[in-house]
Amino acid sequence: MTWSEMQPLLEQACWDTLYMVGWSTLIAVVGGLPLGILLVLTDRGGLLQNTVLNKVIGQIVNVGRSLPFIILMVALMNFTRWMTGTTIGREAAIVPLAIGAIPFFARLVETAVREVDHGLVEAVQSMGGNTWTVVRKVLVPESLPSLISSTTTTVVALIGYSAMAGTVGAGGLGDIAIRYGYQRFETGLMWITVAILAVVISVIQFAGDHAARTLHRRGGRSGRPLLLRPLRGIFSGTVTTEATKTR
Amino acid sequence: MITTTGLTKIYRAHHARDREVTALDGVDLHVREGEVFGVIGQSGAGKSSLIRCVNLLERPTSGTVTVAGQDLTALVGRGPRAGKELRKARSRIGMVFQHFNLLSSRTVQDNVELPLEILGKSGKERARKALELLDLVGLSDKAKSYPAQLSGGQKQRVGIARALAGDPKVLLSDEATSALDPETTRSILQLLRDLNRQLGLTVLLITHEMDVVKSVCDSAALMENGKIVESGTVSELLATPGSELASALFPVSGDASADDRTVIDVTFHGEAATRPVISQLSRTYNIDISIIGAAMDTVAGKQVGRMRIELPGRYEENVVPIGFLREQGLQIDLVGTDPEAQQPVLVKEGAK
Repeated sequence: MTWSEMQPLLEQACWDTLYMVGWSTLIAVVGGLPLGILLVLTDRGGLLQNTVLNKVIGQIVNVGRSLPFIILMVALMNFTRWMTGTTIGREAAIVPLAIGAIPFFARLVETAVREVDHGLVEAVQSMGGNTWTVVRKVLVPESLPSLISSTTTTVVALIGYSAMAGTVGAGGLGDIAIRYGYQRFETGLMWITVAILAVVISVIQFAGDHAARTLHRRGGRSGRPLLLRPLRGIFSGTVTTEATKTR
Repeated sequence: MITTTGLTKIYRAHHARDREVTALDGVDLHVREGEVFGVIGQSGAGKSSLIRCVNLLERPTSGTVTVAGQDLTALVGRGPRAGKELRKARSRIGMVFQHFNLLSSRTVQDNVELPLEILGKSGKERARKALELLDLVGLSDKAKSYPAQLSGGQKQRVGIARALAGDPKVLLSDEATSALDPETTRSILQLLRDLNRQLGLTVLLITHEMDVVKSVCDSAALMENGKIVESGTVSELLATPGSELASALFPVSGDASADDRTVIDVTFHGEAATRPVISQLSRTYNIDISIIGAAMDTVAGKQVGRMRIELPGRYEENVVPIGFLREQGLQIDLVGTDPEAQQPVLVKEGAK
């Protein structure tokens, strides 16, 4: 296979991956952020303590996280068809990607928000703030560096998941690597795909870490340095990193 | 200004009714308008629960809290969340914390503006007020800094400025100086004192440091095991025989230099403290008086405290001079080993 043959393939694959990962990250953040915060608020001793609700959300999140992505994708077929009108292609892949990422991100958010000093919550309450004020003025802004790290982790995980989206004809870099590189023994193309993935993940991780660190430094809580690990997760297939490691 | 009656707080372990901790046990507290009131006690005595019950950050199990004539306990709704009325009442009570509790993501000015944001003030008004308050606490040059760039004392000044943003009449101070070094502690206490005088602010502070009470408080209460053991103005406490707080606030020590001496503790409080009674005593009866120890302080322009003096001769020989001192309105306690003395050993060392 010559470069001129590979180039359009790769170009298309890159866009497909970015498209799927971009949309599903957006949906995961929009869905996972409130869910994660709710997990903290409804927990025992939380501002909106509600053991039943907490258990229910926690259980949904656990199930969502423990299902292998490929099974989730198949299991969600009907829902995907209802949402997008089809079960194949990029749009169809976004649905399971987003749904898979929401609980993942929610857990990371939960961990990040839990780290916020309770004294700050108390301070805002003593000023007459309500729960919504606490969320808006304390929990989110104070955990922002961690939330950004969590988003980075989620994006990297989604890039991993998106490799499986090829099975529903959604394309993407992972799909190229499997179909051409593995099934047709186009080793060269496979390595190029791997290289592109490595670069993309490095750039995302670097940008995420940098943003988190800048915010962190501004806040200046020293003693919790963010480790720069741009290469992590590249060789582990679907990424299983924990946000706690970043913080 | 702040009154609590029968305030009780019991913490129950989850799903275990038999494991209860009584943090507050029927606390009656009365803080007068415009005074600095210190509650002192060891950790675990219930001070923290007490101050949190005053603005209902902790919900008392029973009892009432009245601040500025408003019964706050009546504003508590049925649910666990604070209703609108209670939140409004809280915004009129400032609170400063041991660990400052400043938002690290906001600048100093934005931290001070936070309570004003909650009160729904406009941006312009917020900035004006915040800068004015920062000026008041001596930090106008730090408005754009982040809390992490400040020293502990500066952070607490920001905390105080923030607490004053809602123009409160009452300030609650939760161990505000406990995380600070002695010098910074003094400057923060001085600031609290100044604010108390300038703004007529009523301050309720809790602390475990006797020095804090000594340097700023008009009144004090001693807390042990969730109960107020002693309470009153500094001179009332001094007037109470055997008051633990008084002897901790004004510790005197020293023994008689010889057997045929009389050692007495003279407690100065109220009017008598302004007259030079010791030299009068010396001149009137022509006796030599040695001062063994003294702990005096000026509270609200008056000399208060204790002095341990030694008179020549045994107690029997000194009945008349001691009577003279009593006539002056001073409180006299006989110190010593004489088993026949009316009052037993009164040697009680200070807390430190």
